[in-house]
Order: sequence, then structure tokens, then C-alpha cells
Amino acid sequence: MIGVGKIKQYSNVLDKPVSKGKQEVSLMDNIAELERRLEDAGYTVGARVLELLCHREKGNRRETRLLGILSFVHSTVWKVLFGKVADSLEKGTEHEDEYMISERELLVNRFISIPKDMGTFNCGAFVAGIVRGVLDSAGFPAVVTAHFVPIEGLLRPRTTILIKFAEEVLRREARLG
Amino acid sequence: MPPIAPRSGDAIFASTERVNAELFTLTYGAVVRQLLTDLEEVDEVNKQLDQMGYNIGIRLIDEFLAKSNVSRCVDFKETAEVIAKVGLKMFLGVTASVTNWDAEGTTCSLVLEDNPLVDFVELPDTCQGLYYCNILSGVIRGSLEMVSMKTEVTWIRDMLRGDDAFELQVKLLKQVPEVYPYKDDE
Repeated sequence: MIGVGKIKQYSNVLDKPVSKGKQEVSLMDNIAELERRLEDAGYTVGARVLELLCHREKGNRRETRLLGILSFVHSTVWKVLFGKVADSLEKGTEHEDEYMISERELLVNRFISIPKDMGTFNCGAFVAGIVRGVLDSAGFPAVVTAHFVPIEGLLRPRTTILIKFAEEVLRREARLG
Repeated sequence: MPPIAPRSGDAIFASTERVNAELFTLTYGAVVRQLLTDLEEVDEVNKQLDQMGYNIGIRLIDEFLAKSNVSRCVDFKETAEVIAKVGLKMFLGVTASVTNWDAEGTTCSLVLEDNPLVDFVELPDTCQGLYYCNILSGVIRGSLEMVSMKTEVTWIRDMLRGDDAFELQVKLLKQVPEVYPYKDDE
């Protein structure tokens, strides 16, 4: 008979000891969590990329000014990682502390189609993490996020990496004049 | 006449799109570190890397067959050569040498002198049991399985553990005859 061989057998659900209710299940289907993990993975890459590139390309010096580090990310980092300079680097129009790096066809989004039920999920979170890793390790803490921006006349949206610097960065920048 | 199979993957490697090896290396490192944090046990990480490689392999073989123009290999010896000279070159940019054949011709070693996965990598004392490149063995196992060869792939030498090269032992367990998913009368 099926199940006869089992050592522990409960004939009724009520005979089972009640569980402590502490068991947990993975929340990986949570989009924000997935993006956060991608970003964390990118962060560790970014921190190492900064170290490597400063050593190799800049004779162990790194940028200390806001615009300097931004153009370092936009050109040097991008060129090494993706073989080309990023499509554009812009300053946010609404907020002083926001900058955007845009890429028409970001490497990590190239072969990706997002299922409908995953909403705004963006694999670019990994690249956002790399950018955050570079900036943070260079002394420019920032919140970095990836977004899809639809472009008229193009089938696929472009990816924009939005960088929002921490207050202290802007204050320091203002002081340096 | 079928096209002559290339004996090296250089041309294919040069013509396909590539990505900076450092980005690849660092990203792989980030994956391994994440697995170590998540799974805690080194053995579990080894298993997971192998599984990830397997999942890559069963898809990668399609890409390989589509781009490489390789026709059916006559024996396992040729298969090993094709992996070492064409496959590895095509996807990883390096080649391996095939040695240590056993008498039956079912077990051999792929020796890699150069391995882009391990640039910048050092194993800390707590991770000595880690097969850092275990994803590679999974890839080979997975892709061979899709062309009807059940194999067992194990690491014999690992530069991260102080050896002088990377050596992967590939053992052919059996050839699975192709089974079609449909019958004639259906």
C-alpha cells in the first residue's frame, strides 16, 4: 500500500505537532528585491572597476569633482566595459542633484524581454549597480536606478541610468566652487 | 558534401560580437560571491554553479552548432578536439589541449593554460573547497548531453588551488541514442 513504508505516519492533520509558524519562503518574485540583488551584484563589480581603471588609465589618480567623475563613468568606464562611450550624459532638468546616462541598446537589456507580470523590472539595475559602485567608491554616494524611456520612432525603449547624488556631495561641490 | 569543419575557432571568434573580458570576469565573480553569501556551504555553491553551467550548456550548444559549421563528430576523440579548439575559443577566447586519453578512448583531459574566469581571483582560506570555475564543467556536460553524450566532468587541476594549469577530466559515460518525440503513426 502506498505510504505504508513511512516511519512517521500521521493519520490525521490534527495529530501533527503544530508548526511554529516561523518558516519562510523566498520572496524572489518580488520585483524590487530582484532589482536590489542585481544592483548589489553590480556594485561589487563597480568598486573593482574603479580601482582597476584608476590604476591602469590614470596613474593611480581619481576624479574628485562631480563633473569629472561623471564623464569618467560616461566615457572611460563605458568604453572599457561596453566598448563604446555611452550615448548621452545629461543633467536633470527638474532637480539639481540628478544626472542621467542614456544608452540606446544597453548590453544587459539586449536579449531581454520583460514578461508582462513583471511590470517595470529592468535588467539595467545591474549596470545601475556598477555605476553606483564606481561613484560610491570614489566618494560620491548616490542613488542610482535604471529606467526604460520610450523613444518615438524606435521599436525598443532606451535605458536611462538615473543618478541622484547625496546631499553631502553637492554641498562639497559647492564649497569647492 | 558537408562543409569542412573548422579546426580552430579563431575565425568565428573574430567575427562574433565580443564583450570586455574584465566585465565578464568581474560579473562572474559577483555571481559566485552572491552564491557564497546565499548558500553558505561551499559544496552547495559547487553544485549550484554546475547546475547553472548545465542550463547554459543545453542552450549554448544550439548557438555553437549554428555558428561553427561543425558536422557530426565521428568519435569521442574528435568531439574532445572540437570542444578544445573550436568551442572554448568561440565562447571563451582560449583554447585547451587534449591529453591523458585512457585506453578505451572514453576519458580525456582538457588542459587550459589560460582562463579568463580567474583573473583577479584568489580563494580565501574559508573557500578552499570551492571549484571556482565549476560553471565550465556544467556547460560542457550540458552541451554534450544535448548531442546524445552523457558525460561526467570533473576538475583534476585548478590553478586557484596552486596547480600549474586547469585540467578538466571529461569522461564519456554512454551515448544515448536519439529518441524522437513522435511516432510515425501518430
